[in-house]
Amino acid sequence: MSTGTETRPAAGGADTTGTPLLQVNDLFKSFPVRGGGIIPRTVGHVQAVHGVSFDLAAGETLGLVGESGSGKSTTGRAILQLHKPTSGSVKFEGKELTTMRGRDLQQIRRDMQIVFQDPYASLDPRWQVNDIIAEPLRIHRYGTTEKIQARINELLQIVGLNPEHRNRYAHEFSGGQRQRIGIARALALNPKFVVLDEPVSALDVSVQAGVVNLLEELQHELGLAYLFVAHDLSVVRHLSHRVAVMYLGSLVEVGPRELIYSKPMHPYTQALLSAVPVPDPKRERERQRNRIVLTGDIPSPVNPPSGCRFRTRCWKAQEICATEAPELKKRGDSELLSACHFAEEMPVA
Amino acid sequence: MTNGIETNEPLLRVSDLTVEFPTEDGVVHAVRDLSFELKPGEVLGVVGESGSGKSVSSMAILGLLPKTARVAGSIAYRGEELTGLSYNEMRKYRGNAISMIFQDPMTSLNPVFTVGHQLAEAYLEHHKVSKKAAWAKAVEALEQVGIPQPDRRAKQFPHEFSGGMRQRVVIAMAIINDPDVIIADEPTTALDVTVQAQILETLLRIRDETSAAIIMITHDLGVVAGMVDKVQVMYAGTVVEAGTVDEVFDLPRMPYTVGLLGSNPDPSLIGERLTPISGAPPSLVNLPSGCAFSPRCPLVAPVCHESEPELYEAGGAVSHLTRCHRWNDLAGYENPKKLFAHKEIGAEEPLAALLIDNPEAVVEEHLADSGDTEKEAAS
Repeated sequence: MSTGTETRPAAGGADTTGTPLLQVNDLFKSFPVRGGGIIPRTVGHVQAVHGVSFDLAAGETLGLVGESGSGKSTTGRAILQLHKPTSGSVKFEGKELTTMRGRDLQQIRRDMQIVFQDPYASLDPRWQVNDIIAEPLRIHRYGTTEKIQARINELLQIVGLNPEHRNRYAHEFSGGQRQRIGIARALALNPKFVVLDEPVSALDVSVQAGVVNLLEELQHELGLAYLFVAHDLSVVRHLSHRVAVMYLGSLVEVGPRELIYSKPMHPYTQALLSAVPVPDPKRERERQRNRIVLTGDIPSPVNPPSGCRFRTRCWKAQEICATEAPELKKRGDSELLSACHFAEEMPVA
Repeated sequence: MTNGIETNEPLLRVSDLTVEFPTEDGVVHAVRDLSFELKPGEVLGVVGESGSGKSVSSMAILGLLPKTARVAGSIAYRGEELTGLSYNEMRKYRGNAISMIFQDPMTSLNPVFTVGHQLAEAYLEHHKVSKKAAWAKAVEALEQVGIPQPDRRAKQFPHEFSGGMRQRVVIAMAIINDPDVIIADEPTTALDVTVQAQILETLLRIRDETSAAIIMITHDLGVVAGMVDKVQVMYAGTVVEAGTVDEVFDLPRMPYTVGLLGSNPDPSLIGERLTPISGAPPSLVNLPSGCAFSPRCPLVAPVCHESEPELYEAGGAVSHLTRCHRWNDLAGYENPKKLFAHKEIGAEEPLAALLIDNPEAVVEEHLADSGDTEKEAAS
């Protein structure tokens, strides 16, 4: 885990052929905005995800970072077909998901699971832990009651909970323990790919670290691929092999973790990294002096700026930025893919 | 502010503050024996996890606790005692001497009044001026917190502001009466990092301009590292470590602080595992006997279960205090964060429970263990 850029050998025996586990190509998702009045009609569209493309290999973690409203969670859900994408293609093990329906989709969902952000809202308080974890097993006809029971015990042990607690209700557990139940539920069917939608942001720091370690160990043991959606850049840095930075529905920069964090090319990545406070007084005082403080807020996704979507807050913006949207491609001699006309390496302390 | 006196007389002196809430399940010990002093222009950071008593203690200072709360101890503002004052007697101080910035800018403004109206109202509470003068003051306060076009924005309603802008309005409201002490309760938790940077910068600039003292309540150790002078770490309602920010971050002398620092993913720890604290914070109704942190502490010894440690001076520095019987032993470890290392898969028993009998021996062995596993992971 020292270099982080290469894909970890998958322990779960996932395929090692050249095709990536997941291929997302030019994904779009927009939601209609309905106006008031007697006859509601669509007055505009929220362009939540705007032309997102990336690959994910088996056993790899891609961190998807961005501020609230940048479309990170929608991307995760559109990949799992929880939101039907407006256009674009999502291929899982070479099979196109966007056109899949009914049984086929249900079948393939065994391999793709999600862990939700809020462990208080994502578990039914009237269900016992037993039922919560058994649900996916029953739906997918895992086996006899005894087999399901054995699997539940195994899962609880894996996520660090006492199997004797399986008859308790979700409200009897603390936030961190609930998130572990959510993880156990996601792992029940032995998935290959898990979307982690802000899995630790609702937890206290000390509890959060335990869940981060657990996710890391699970990936190592089970060869899982993660799409790790988060706004906390330090957690993403800790867990990801590659990082994709999202702004207003589009990816602005993608690349290996080390490069993104040490030599970002896109001004937004640079500003984002520079804004994160680090828990080290001496370094933080130094960083504060050189901090890039962006003005303003993220624009509305109903009326995104023309051309480059970041230009309204960018200190490098020129005329071309308003007319021409920059492509996500290699710029200069960096390995990173950056969507900026004036991408330039800048070391961030 | 009455005047800009440059004496070393503390503005605010809190001593032995205790807050309890009687409930059906028993007495909740929300704050226990909290003491600190605050001088003009000083920034005090209060860190701790949810339920550690951070917010309750600040509510107690402002006299905003519900009537059922039992408050004991002393809160003195410029030598005047604030505990025991009635709600109305406190109005003289609230906003004028001590003001507060709340966590959630979405809910702390009234949606049916314009921003300017709400700011002017806060000013009129403490000043006998015309409404027009109060409005002018409101516009000035908006300008001070960096809101563009303040005269136009003052006529708008809170829903017309973005999250970051709303938090600026809340800050403007907190400073409009020129208070001596500003209590900021998680002022940036609901905001994005780029906006957080703007807000923290604004707060520090206001501190420089008005020399108000700031109490910064947060769970984000990064925020604390950058902007405060002194820091207090709270756990289970009481201060467990206090000192200058450099002392506490560089030479933590309380295992809880070590665990908290080890839980934060830091770039310098890339490739290493985080070292979280096992278990969960104790219930404030049934506190463990002795030290409140003992059930989760890797350095726990029999004495920890017998008595709650007092605040010791750690390492001779008068300002560096720790509530730990074994702070001296902790100082002996080169990398104390490793004490917290444990496996998550299949982990059930908290490490601490295994260490009670013979703390020294097992900890050493465990240290050697974790070193090996790390090497394995790296290879």
